[in-house]
Amino acid sequence: MNKPSPIEQPEPAQTKGTVPPPLAMLAELTHRCPLSCPYCSNPLALSGKEGELTTGEWIDVFRQAADIGVLQLHISGGEPASRRDLVELVEGAVQAGLYTNLVTSGIGLTPRRMDELEKVGLEHIQLSLQGTNAELADRIGGYKGGYDRKMQVAAEIAKRGIPLTLNAVMHRHNMDDLERTIEMALELGARRLEVACVQFHGWALKNRAALMPTRQQTDKVKQQVAEAQARLRGVLAFDFVPPDYYADFPKACMGGWGSTGLNITPDGTVLPCHVAQSIPHLEFDNIRQTPLRDIWYDSTAFNAYRGTGWMPEPCTSCERKEIDFGGCRCQALLLAGDANAVDPVCSLSPDHGRIIDILAAEMAGQAPDFTYRKL
Amino acid sequence: MTLELTATDRPYLPRGVRMHKDRVRGGVVLLAPEKAILLDDIGVAILSRVDGKRQFGEIIADLAQTFQAPSDQIETDVQQFLGGLRARMYLGVTP
Repeated sequence: MNKPSPIEQPEPAQTKGTVPPPLAMLAELTHRCPLSCPYCSNPLALSGKEGELTTGEWIDVFRQAADIGVLQLHISGGEPASRRDLVELVEGAVQAGLYTNLVTSGIGLTPRRMDELEKVGLEHIQLSLQGTNAELADRIGGYKGGYDRKMQVAAEIAKRGIPLTLNAVMHRHNMDDLERTIEMALELGARRLEVACVQFHGWALKNRAALMPTRQQTDKVKQQVAEAQARLRGVLAFDFVPPDYYADFPKACMGGWGSTGLNITPDGTVLPCHVAQSIPHLEFDNIRQTPLRDIWYDSTAFNAYRGTGWMPEPCTSCERKEIDFGGCRCQALLLAGDANAVDPVCSLSPDHGRIIDILAAEMAGQAPDFTYRKL
Repeated sequence: MTLELTATDRPYLPRGVRMHKDRVRGGVVLLAPEKAILLDDIGVAILSRVDGKRQFGEIIADLAQTFQAPSDQIETDVQQFLGGLRARMYLGVTP
């Protein structure tokens, strides 16, 4: 899982000055996962099974989400298949009227379970890919045998004809394998390939020096994606999240804070994005105490960086202010020391020099070993 | 590959792509893997005729009659709309 924006809104159902209804929800059912990828998007402080929302609580959240306008549900984790009630939860989501997508490593999806998921109406699977061969993938995922198991699951998905997106998380150790990754997406019958270069928060931040690609790798991957996109039009669709430290402009995190999507953590905390808890002055409501509608429209956390009113210069007078929304708030806090600052990835940021210094420092030595994620 | 449809092609929405009446915002959206696209009335008129049975040529003729518009103009618009969906894998075509 590594994506700044879960949904595209080509024509926003949005009236100026009002808050639009949310379109997409990421439900992190659990932090439990058999893999321990060093770039996991879960927080460093992982929560255990005991705090997780119950089956009934999740299904109630799904209904509330549909009632306030959510169309797309991404069922994620951790590994969502680690929840024994996964089939029941997917059934509840489908019955609530949500387009239901399962974001998974594939581990724990037995053929029988897949039959059941298909029967209750699961519409799409996003399967992660750690590497293009067992040696590399199992080293990155920290789970021996994971790659072989994943390939079996991919074959089962293809056999059933369940729409598949392959999500290749890319970084210094596998970015040179993009051509093979594209071939694999075609071989596995995927309709979409997400080339998701690691964004540096949480575990990935801890492993930044190990994961940061070189500028050459970054330039090459951009070129390869553009070429493959043109060559495979109508055969394979691409979603590309470039490595943002090398960009001139920041990513429009979540397509604008509190504009499109929301995230529910395993214990029911509702976040504007999955990293938002890294901003310590924000307080986040929990679905166990507050209705989802109130959290989306009225909570201080969702209103903190909504729209453009909070922006500093140079954003205020920038023509891109409603394109990239000042970038990522978490990254601004992390690298500029202020969540209200411009994302230092932006070449117009007064703190952009920080990025240049970090890249110079991390390209200077050998890549260190991974610190694997653990509960 | 060329994404233009020929007169006898039969377009369809593949599994995982469907129209959905949006009870909160009003209107109709096209739901696809990890995407939602708000459809305008013309988009709805086109896609409601896309059923895997009707040929592209029949769809154009039907739209031209319904909207009392020249069929070459309709064809240009529909090619563009469906070609865009096809490029993103939101449309399948049976020859």
